[in-house]
Amino acid sequence: MKRKCDKCDRPATHHAIEITGGQKIEKHLCDLHAAEEGMSVKAMNAPINDLLTSFVKLQPEEDQANAETVCEGCGMTFSQFREKHLLGCPMCYEAFEHQLSPLLERAHEGGTHHVGKVPRRAGASDNRQLQLIRMRKRLDDAVATEDYELAARLRDDIQQLEDTH
Amino acid sequence: MSLSQIPDHAGEWLRGTGPHGEVVISSRIRYARNLTGFPFVNRANRRQQHEVMHLVKDEIQKRKLADDIIWVDMAASPSLDRQLLVERHLVSRDLASAKNDAPRGVVIAPDETFAVMINEEDHIRAQVLRSGMQLSEAFAQIERIDNALESGLDFAYAQRFGYLTACPTNVGTGLRVSVMLHLPGLKLTGEIEKVRRAARDTHQAVRGLFGEGSEALGDLYQISNQSTLGKTEKEIVADFEHTVVPTIIAYEQQARQALIKQRPAQLDDKIYRAWAILTNARVLGTEEVLSLLSHLRLGVNLGRINTVDLRTINELLLLTQPAHLQRLMGKTMDPAGRKIARADLVRQRLNPAGKG
Repeated sequence: MKRKCDKCDRPATHHAIEITGGQKIEKHLCDLHAAEEGMSVKAMNAPINDLLTSFVKLQPEEDQANAETVCEGCGMTFSQFREKHLLGCPMCYEAFEHQLSPLLERAHEGGTHHVGKVPRRAGASDNRQLQLIRMRKRLDDAVATEDYELAARLRDDIQQLEDTH
Repeated sequence: MSLSQIPDHAGEWLRGTGPHGEVVISSRIRYARNLTGFPFVNRANRRQQHEVMHLVKDEIQKRKLADDIIWVDMAASPSLDRQLLVERHLVSRDLASAKNDAPRGVVIAPDETFAVMINEEDHIRAQVLRSGMQLSEAFAQIERIDNALESGLDFAYAQRFGYLTACPTNVGTGLRVSVMLHLPGLKLTGEIEKVRRAARDTHQAVRGLFGEGSEALGDLYQISNQSTLGKTEKEIVADFEHTVVPTIIAYEQQARQALIKQRPAQLDDKIYRAWAILTNARVLGTEEVLSLLSHLRLGVNLGRINTVDLRTINELLLLTQPAHLQRLMGKTMDPAGRKIARADLVRQRLNPAGKG
């Protein structure tokens, strides 16, 4: 049995023989490429966290280059996400959109876009979210350095930004 | 109302009289939500976690979601109380077991039909829990709660991804539907694999009594949806209500009828052995009691035994769990002591005339 995946260097875990027009084609694929080819839906029944762990580990190597993408909102890197499987803040979805897309598609049966409920107060633009996260971080720094004057001002600004919505 | 009153009355979901209660123990729907402008819980500092906790708690109190809600500060609660809430399916094991004093808590309705966890994996995890097959009702109730909270809180949301959650497996609707099923027929006929196959084909997850990673003790299985993105909330609920659950109920009913037809003596033997042990044992472990109660429950549902009612069995499923047992006895006990107390409790409840 061939050990390596036809499409990459990972071990082949799915094997198939197709006979088309008298021609025999053998396929040996790893988990990731088998799923791409529709040969396997095996992972779908695995506990969600296992699915996530195996998927994150299986991300193609070229993505390593993107591993150090940093989220502006919380400073999380994509490799940190890979370790914990938890994102750091709402802005992470935008920061890691490229890396997250295939994962989401696989975890959600091909679902790529939200089609459900929209919150009544859905006006919180990404800019405003980022601004709020940053201001709250500055507020923490101000409290930590005991700059209470600045802290009070930031608190008022945060309050105002929340109320304008 | 306080936490201390909880063990005295069984929650609505344990009445044992809900629709299709012979197979469906409970229906649960939860929403995962996060406040905009804050990091997610795992990345938020202590002060931010406190702020989130107060914002959410105040909003719930302001909206008067129930007449007399119970607030439990998890960081300040003894471990026995936290374990009790896990056994009642009102909080997750994660919320109960966080080792440090991280600010986190839960708001519970007195009838236990809903609970809102604050600062679990997401800022808000709101759940509705009802007895039997009541998914439409549960969905209507969770919508009311979500809409009430949404009128005062800004939830993190993006057009493409929907409601934003700490784990990408919850993003989109943030909606998880879980149904707890009692499947002794399929277990006894060796056909439980049928359920796993059906679940796989419809992309659902099968888990044990206490969710992910837990075993199917007492032949109790939880089935939940895997995907939350690319489908509307109504589609997710309707799939469950009209396809997934009815299919499994039909399999279980067929298995039970096959047992009656083909192996009635063996079936009754299982049921009456369970009854004999439960009404006479002096030492009972948690797993053993669940397995015996499962057989007894099957016997009652099939009308093969009528010395006990479903509600008593459902209550025993809960009261024989370690934290409930200790609360009921009013003292902490080691596992050996609990086994004796468990056997005593079961004998008392199943022999109301004082025999045994």
